[in-house]
Amino acid sequence: MEAARKSAQARFEAMGLPQRRDEYWKYTRPDLLTVPDAQPAALLIRDEAPLFDTIDRLKLVFVDGVFDAAASDDLSLEGIEISQLADADTWAQELYGVLEENGQSPVARPLAALNSAQAKEGVVIRAFGKVSKPVSLVYVRKSEASDVMLHHVIRVEEGADLTVLENGPAAARLNTVMEVDIADKGAFHHVRAMGRDHERRAATHMFARLGHESVFKSFTMTVNGKLTRNEVVLEVNGDNAVAHVAGAAMGDGDFLHDDTVFITHDSLNCESRQVFKKVLRNGATGVFQGKILVKAGAQKTDGYQMSQSLLLDDDSQFYGKPELEIYADDVMCSHGSTTGAIDEEAMFYLQSRGVNKVEAQDLLVLAFLDAAVDEIEDEAIADDIRGRLEGWLARRRD
Amino acid sequence: MLDIKNLHVKLEDEDKQILKGVDLKIGAGEVHAIMGPNGSGKSTLSYVLSGRAGYEVTDGTASLLGHDLLELEPEERAALGLFLAFQYPVEIPGVGNMTFLRTAVNSQRKMRGEDELSAGEFLKIIRAKAKTLKIDAEMLKRPVNVGFSGGEKKRNEILQMAMLEPKMCILDETDSGLDVDAMKLVAEGVNALRSEGRSFLVITHYQRLLDHIKPDVVHIMANGRMIKSGGPELALEVENNGYADILAEVA
Repeated sequence: MEAARKSAQARFEAMGLPQRRDEYWKYTRPDLLTVPDAQPAALLIRDEAPLFDTIDRLKLVFVDGVFDAAASDDLSLEGIEISQLADADTWAQELYGVLEENGQSPVARPLAALNSAQAKEGVVIRAFGKVSKPVSLVYVRKSEASDVMLHHVIRVEEGADLTVLENGPAAARLNTVMEVDIADKGAFHHVRAMGRDHERRAATHMFARLGHESVFKSFTMTVNGKLTRNEVVLEVNGDNAVAHVAGAAMGDGDFLHDDTVFITHDSLNCESRQVFKKVLRNGATGVFQGKILVKAGAQKTDGYQMSQSLLLDDDSQFYGKPELEIYADDVMCSHGSTTGAIDEEAMFYLQSRGVNKVEAQDLLVLAFLDAAVDEIEDEAIADDIRGRLEGWLARRRD
Repeated sequence: MLDIKNLHVKLEDEDKQILKGVDLKIGAGEVHAIMGPNGSGKSTLSYVLSGRAGYEVTDGTASLLGHDLLELEPEERAALGLFLAFQYPVEIPGVGNMTFLRTAVNSQRKMRGEDELSAGEFLKIIRAKAKTLKIDAEMLKRPVNVGFSGGEKKRNEILQMAMLEPKMCILDETDSGLDVDAMKLVAEGVNALRSEGRSFLVITHYQRLLDHIKPDVVHIMANGRMIKSGGPELALEVENNGYADILAEVA
């Protein structure tokens, strides 16, 4: 592990911190993430039931970035081995930093390298079979000035099926890396909720490698947060693999949300799908940078990419940069990016049926986001997410 | 029920006068029909009454049951009992038809200070009403009007009318795009709703619909005002001779 950390440190030093002039940081403000000392962020006192509370799950609690065994569930569960990064098994030590390093080319991701070099906490999960309940990572924040790095290493063995949930305020400044290696016929589901903290600064990185006939599905809900940069880097290396990434984000005011996705297809007959939706108001900003790279020989690739934003006023902004780079000649790739206002026709139709203006707008906002939420396979989890989105809108009605 | 006096309306963005002094009075339980050539202002009248943006009332009044309609938001007009069956019902992806209807019914009840319907009560009522309009469970689950055929959209409008139980129903070319059987089904749906306390304003190009929904009064509208009113025989006259004679007569 120490060797992996050292080589990550060298990688990071060669790249340096991200700058506004870097092509993939043009629309975002790296300085909020890169200042030496994280600015404190006010703690948000919640009066609501925690997310995923009704879902039968195996809970691992991290308080200000440190695993809290007492607050967590018993980690023994059939078909799965869970440990902390500090106690990582050989396989995990060997995997640590590998997918992150693979993901550094052709686009540098310095904060991920920094994470591999410095992170001390994180969870190591190895799934052998169909795991009966989701592993739920809960990030509690108690300190106003918490500056947290987490590095998770996950291996889904052949034919195994694992769901990982992530939620909680985590830190004033958060940097996470999740490396997920999915063996043939393995399935990995990921649902993440980045909650209501207004001052959160977060850079998250998901690196995954997909084997033959494997499935990867990730969904992220983001509301609020001063700056959120979610990077997803997927290597689709096995034939007939399926990779879906989706996000639903809502921001009000001082909010910058950036989804940066890079999917590389290097195998036959694979499918990838990106569905990103953002609702922006009062000057909030959304960024989407999504790329599908189809290597020579990755025939019959079916790539789909959709990024859409709904601007609820004239002050909000959305920057979309869809990219396709295709070297195979028998593929199907489509992409679309739209920016629009609320549909006035639909508003009038709803109002003419007696739905008041505010409720009508909320109904249309939720409908807009639902194409992303719909990507969550588990209905109970999806409904929990829908409830949060509704709650966020309801709090803004008065 | 509905009382329109000297209504003048222009487009908000253009200097174009559409309605040039419309007078119309519809009593409780009456069915009135408006016919008229294209561009006479029929649809504009329906939109202005229901509160669509983009129009400016320059003169005149419109009231429903004594309430000034023109000052109200569209949803307030709906809660008072006004309903417009759209010529082109709007598709709303992502909003289930059932959710939409329940939200609408309960919003109106809330505005009127009535108790909201529970999910169970609502389901019972909608199932019975959907059945008579040959709307199946699948159609109720689908997003509002998305992927509906022309006939399905119009039947869905009538279902909304049946669920909302309005007092004043405006049907804007509900027969357009319908085959004979679909038109009969829609007409039956409308006729089932006829009652002493409910009035209808049927806007149509064709006398055919009026064979099924029998009007008490027929108005001919041209160039932004009502130019002639009469009984059902007026519709037959239009069907046989077109508008030319009537237009010449009043000119």
